[in-house]
Amino acid sequence: MEYSEKVMEHFMNPRNVGELEGANGVGTVGNAQCGDIMRVFLKIENGVVADASFKTFGCGAAVATSSMATELVKGKTIAEVMEITNKAVTDALDGLPAVKKHCSVLAEEAVRSALWDYSQKSGVAIDGLEEPKEHAPHAH
Amino acid sequence: MLYFDNAATTPMRPCALEAMLPFLSENFYNPSSVYGSARKVRAAIDDARGAVASAIGANPDEIFFTSGGTESNNHALKGLPAKHIITTAAEHHAVLYVCKHLEKLGCEVTYLPTDNEGTIRADDLAAAIRPDTSLVSIISANNEVGTISPIAKFSEITNQAGIPLHTDAVQMVGNVPLDVKKLGVQMLSLSAHKFGGPKGVGALYVKKGTPLFPLILGGAQERNRRAGTENVAGIIGMSAALSEAIAEIPTELPRITALRDELIKKILQIPHTCLNGARENRLPGNVNISFRFIEGESLLLHLDMQNCCASTGSACSSGALEPSHVLMALGLSHELANGALRFSLGAQNTSDDIENLMNILTPAVEKLRNLSPLYDDFLKTSEHRR
Repeated sequence: MEYSEKVMEHFMNPRNVGELEGANGVGTVGNAQCGDIMRVFLKIENGVVADASFKTFGCGAAVATSSMATELVKGKTIAEVMEITNKAVTDALDGLPAVKKHCSVLAEEAVRSALWDYSQKSGVAIDGLEEPKEHAPHAH
Repeated sequence: MLYFDNAATTPMRPCALEAMLPFLSENFYNPSSVYGSARKVRAAIDDARGAVASAIGANPDEIFFTSGGTESNNHALKGLPAKHIITTAAEHHAVLYVCKHLEKLGCEVTYLPTDNEGTIRADDLAAAIRPDTSLVSIISANNEVGTISPIAKFSEITNQAGIPLHTDAVQMVGNVPLDVKKLGVQMLSLSAHKFGGPKGVGALYVKKGTPLFPLILGGAQERNRRAGTENVAGIIGMSAALSEAIAEIPTELPRITALRDELIKKILQIPHTCLNGARENRLPGNVNISFRFIEGESLLLHLDMQNCCASTGSACSSGALEPSHVLMALGLSHELANGALRFSLGAQNTSDDIENLMNILTPAVEKLRNLSPLYDDFLKTSEHRR
């Protein structure tokens, strides 16, 4: 198993780390039993992601996918964020080892979970967004 | 390069390489052939057998050369039809997975639990013995957490019951003084590359009179117990490495133990860390630490980026991170098991290495904790305020 240079670069120098002041959407997915926990913070203004950040407990791929996912959503409209899939995150990192694919899925879920939180708090309905599922151990 | 993975493998001792080279070139003859040049190779194998035997207090005819620790363990466990085997929950996979396999073939297996330091209780062993128990296999020293088992105590129980006792001593031989007669075991596995020998060679000690079928059948090598033309250079290299390792134990054991204690002390100064395994009854080179709030692989990657080699018990596979079965057997939480790193010291390590490791480790832990939502949650809980 080998990580791409881009994964290692994002792992060693993760972007958008930390709690985001003024975040109005926060989502946490995963659990320690799976080995990965991701928390994504979004600051949404006028339907656009003005800023995003994350905190992650997990392997190199978990950190890199969180970092890349927050990069990808910044400046996007909610509708555009809804189009960002785990594949987009993986592609932007020049691929992930097959056994680490679940990390990119988790990153997508973390973003959607933060959007759900925003939608619940603000009352803004988001087309196509489903309530995040509770993560059972080893569910993904 | 800072190398702290000597439990995985060790750099080969120059004396081993030197001893091997003629058997990879001019002394290429098959030791089973009858002519003089081949008989010299046979004689070299006999010498090697004698050296390996004396290193563990055995007789030469009780040593059988194998392809390594895994084969030795497989042979010991599969060498006789078994109805009931007793082993432990914290064995190496080369014992554990053989037992799982034997279960599929109809054998019953009892997996003894460990206490939170990785030690098996003699009472548990005694209680697990049944009339149809055919073998007991207990690791001498755990490869992940370094806890040393009281094998001599266990053999009192098994010998009284007349049941053969096998021990996987791969992490012990060459690092700690060991005598098969004092241990009282019937079989013992060892591996050359754990004490500065080459990879792909090991041995199984089988006490005289212990019934055991061959695992690999064919020619009459190893007195009909292990067929196949001998790995001559490997056997010679193993014997040279083991002889040197045994000679160095009086100075290396205290030196490496002191390094280990220094490393444990320094790492435990990092907040929210804990030592896994026994504090005293522990392999001289083993340090296994859980770093709370962070995941092992990410810490390992940070060390790797700075040319520092260690290992994690957890192997992230098949989508979900499987924590080490040994750490789970010790009763660790998933979080602590996933946050464990093993540093294993060896002949080449010095006090400077430890200083250099700490200069890399401390900031890496801090950086990863700053990333961790678990650490965030912790800082906000009452546990921290207290």
